[in-house]
Amino acid sequence: MTRLIFLISIIFPLSLAAQFPEGDVIMDKIDKNMSAKSMIHTSKMVIHGKRGDRTIESKSWIVGDEKAFTEYLNPARERGTKMLKLEDKLWLYSPSTDRTIQIAGHMLRQSLMGSDLSYEDMMDDSKLSDHYDATVTGEEQIESRNCWIIEMNATDNTVSYPKRIVWVDKDRNVPLKEELYAKSGKLLKKTELFDVKQVAGKWFPMRIVFNDMLKTGKGTEFVITEIEFDKEIPEVIFSKASLKK
Amino acid sequence: MIRFIIKGLLRDKHRSILPIIIVSIGVMLTVLMHCYITGVMGDTLELTARFSTGHVKVMSRVYAENSDLAPNDLALIDVKELRENIEAQYPDMTWVERIKFGGLVDAPDEFGETYAQGPAMGIAIDIFNEGSGEIDRMNLRESIVRGAIPESPGEVLLSEDFSQNLGVNPGDEVTLISATMYGGMSISNFKVSGTVIFGIPAMDRGAMIADIEDIRLALDMNDATGELLGYFGGGYYEDENAVALSTEFNEKYSSNEDEFSPMMVSMRDQNTFATMIDMADSLAGIIAFVFILIMSTVLWNTGLIGGLRRYGEVGLRLAIGEEKGHIYRSMISESVLIGIVGSVSGTIFGLFFAYLLQTKGIDISGMMEGSTMMMPGIIRARITPEAYYLGFIPGLFSIVLGTLLSGIGIYKRQTAQLFKELDAWGG
Repeated sequence: MTRLIFLISIIFPLSLAAQFPEGDVIMDKIDKNMSAKSMIHTSKMVIHGKRGDRTIESKSWIVGDEKAFTEYLNPARERGTKMLKLEDKLWLYSPSTDRTIQIAGHMLRQSLMGSDLSYEDMMDDSKLSDHYDATVTGEEQIESRNCWIIEMNATDNTVSYPKRIVWVDKDRNVPLKEELYAKSGKLLKKTELFDVKQVAGKWFPMRIVFNDMLKTGKGTEFVITEIEFDKEIPEVIFSKASLKK
Repeated sequence: MIRFIIKGLLRDKHRSILPIIIVSIGVMLTVLMHCYITGVMGDTLELTARFSTGHVKVMSRVYAENSDLAPNDLALIDVKELRENIEAQYPDMTWVERIKFGGLVDAPDEFGETYAQGPAMGIAIDIFNEGSGEIDRMNLRESIVRGAIPESPGEVLLSEDFSQNLGVNPGDEVTLISATMYGGMSISNFKVSGTVIFGIPAMDRGAMIADIEDIRLALDMNDATGELLGYFGGGYYEDENAVALSTEFNEKYSSNEDEFSPMMVSMRDQNTFATMIDMADSLAGIIAFVFILIMSTVLWNTGLIGGLRRYGEVGLRLAIGEEKGHIYRSMISESVLIGIVGSVSGTIFGLFFAYLLQTKGIDISGMMEGSTMMMPGIIRARITPEAYYLGFIPGLFSIVLGTLLSGIGIYKRQTAQLFKELDAWGG
């Protein structure tokens, strides 16, 4: 009897672990689903502030995780403002001042247009597998979808969030919820992803709600109104000259 | 009788001059010390009031909760109307609007691209309206190192250290990147009209001083302000009045239901100033009390010595038949006169030196380099109503008390013994 209990106590945890797939495998699947050679999207950012909501419309052209160009379309105050990201550098052009300003250092952690996203968040298109080790820690249902709970720990110091906990749709390999932590273990941001649609063979969330846990606002909704994958984008867009055009 | 005593005092300089000098010096030091301590404590608080807290401050309730972050998205709106109401209700006070803002100041190169940048802590004040008194309140004229105070819209002051770090000179253009009241991005160009040193390291690191209308435009804060500061007409913080004023205002204008309703807080209720104000009051009181105690002991001793020194004279007066009670009363009357004359002259001298210290001050800015405290560079005394009568406590009462005690000995002396003493003196 004692021997039986001993065997069960060894085998039972192993059998539980065996039910979970490798975290890195899931992470690769997420990267494969979410990344694209290039992406063009038009979006609306709805910032829920204490004094009311504000909507900012923009169009972005993205190539891999190194080049991105965004032009703000509305409202009038922001219209014509442009951002250019080349590798780890970010430039901002303001038509009212006719200035091209480089955003660097700790400024990258500042809020983007008063939203719950930082410039760093907006710049970060890199693959998860390039910066994190992943372990599946459990499973849970979100909005009737079966999800793996994956804990990701950074393998280098270049990332904004040393730890992430991600709820990934088991079948569609798309995150449905994410918690982003500081090195100290403090929860910095929460994101929830909705309206998952299949576009060009990829499952993609069309609405993301960001909540900066250090802010008093009611969160920011990022809604993609149009999206295209793997379109050819002229190289000239990703130059400082195009900021002033 | 009094005339006789005065004549006696005038004719016998030993009886009057020395005690009066001692009383005067003691009273003068007491008055001067009181004014000095009150001045130093008060100036430290006033400096904070001028730069940051006001004597009272009106903010929205929710802004007040997060005031350390200067959250302009929670600023007061419809300020013109609110200010008109407040000014009508409290006409003896001066009211000024201020906007604190954070952001990044970016200095361009010749091609208009980023050359240098740094985080800025900005204060927007009413520069162009002379009636606001903000230039004097912020001591801007004296703080200018290079260039001049802004003369036209679109001009700003930078702290000298900040401008050096950015490589910016008066006349150069910089860009402020900040957030509007509604959370939008704000990018505005300004011309640097001059640089300043406040002597407050926290401000000298990255301060930008701009006109409030320019910042309203930049941060989309039309008819809005972060803070509305009130200053008492007398120029000094009045704790009881400030607390009463805040209570009255909040009962009328503030509502728990509306987090954007205006709320007035006295300087006492901002940050940790309650402790500081209480400490300033009690410390000034304690130091004054200890000093008065010491001076009282010294002057009491003077009274005692005076009484004892006149041992022979008292004996002679008793021997020729003067009543003991009469001698005792005349000595007390003399000490009262000495006390009054000494206290009056001591108070006059004390007030004179306190006035000099109040108007000229002592420059300690050299000692303040590297300090992180918000302390005035020039310390000044402050003449308060108490200074006019405070010196009479050690000056009058102590010397009279000393005489009262030393004079008791008069009643113990026997007439028979007095003649023996006189024989001995006559020798």
